[in-house]
Amino acid sequence: MYLVKVYVTLKKGILDPQGVTIRGALEALDYKNVRDVRTGKYMELELDAPTAEAARQEAEEMARRLLANPVIEDYRLEVEEARA
Amino acid sequence: MKFGVVVFPGSNCDADCYHAVKNVLGAECDYLWHQDRSVAGYDAIILPGGFSYGDYLRTGAIARFSPIMAAVADFARAGGLVLGICNGFQILLEAGLLPGAMRRNIGLSFRCEFVNVRVENTDTPFTSAYRPGQVLRLPIAHGEGNYYADPETLAALEAGGQVVLRYSEPDGRISEAANPNGSLHNIAALINKEGNVLGMMPHPERASEAILGSEDGRGIFISILRYLERRRGK
Repeated sequence: MYLVKVYVTLKKGILDPQGVTIRGALEALDYKNVRDVRTGKYMELELDAPTAEAARQEAEEMARRLLANPVIEDYRLEVEEARA
Repeated sequence: MKFGVVVFPGSNCDADCYHAVKNVLGAECDYLWHQDRSVAGYDAIILPGGFSYGDYLRTGAIARFSPIMAAVADFARAGGLVLGICNGFQILLEAGLLPGAMRRNIGLSFRCEFVNVRVENTDTPFTSAYRPGQVLRLPIAHGEGNYYADPETLAALEAGGQVVLRYSEPDGRISEAANPNGSLHNIAALINKEGNVLGMMPHPERASEAILGSEDGRGIFISILRYLERRRGK
């Protein structure tokens, strides 16, 4: 079994209203050095697959089809071996 | 003429659409369950507003894979009329039946209010009952209506007359102040290149009778009916 960590973030240049607001809140807390905040999603998939590469390929496909919206989002995967 | 209103888990404007079509317009209408696999026998399909699948993951992202959506996509590809309202618009974007995507509203507010929209294209099956440039008063209710498309797509949409409604001032001027959600080019409604799939953030079904505060939305349903009758008459 493999543990696939999926990070979904807004593409560079896509406005992130939540990030903008969080940055403003940090500034109000006197953290004046925060230039930008970008929000995203984190998902963990427990995946049965014969190899790490197979797990990655399948997770890639899942990310493209459902987990991320390629129009506005990017994704990044980390695959780890996990005990069943 | 028979309309079908798709009911997803979490739809909450399905009954309003059904009422507008059946009782206001006087056309035939059925509810279609999201698990159905066919839309055979219907002349127009409405994807209603709401929060399908709780807006989990992204608005419309899960609904787009429900069994009925394959049939709706085939229906659209064959030239059938599909109207997506609010969450229905978001589902059409996720399904790739319309280009682009929705981001969170600018200002992070869920905007629930009447807005003004200017009719940009009346040469569609959904807007022929309006005058070019007519300003409609319609309600919106969404947290994710901030339309985005890349610059090339946006230019193609504009060049092709695919922007059907734009947020405007009451006198029709397009301004940033009139834009409730940050949507690029003040886009409130889009049609596909083929001209048979329309997505709109405002709710015409909630503005189809005087008692609801506006009748401006009724023209959408009247336009569809006229189009279908003309098509059948041919």
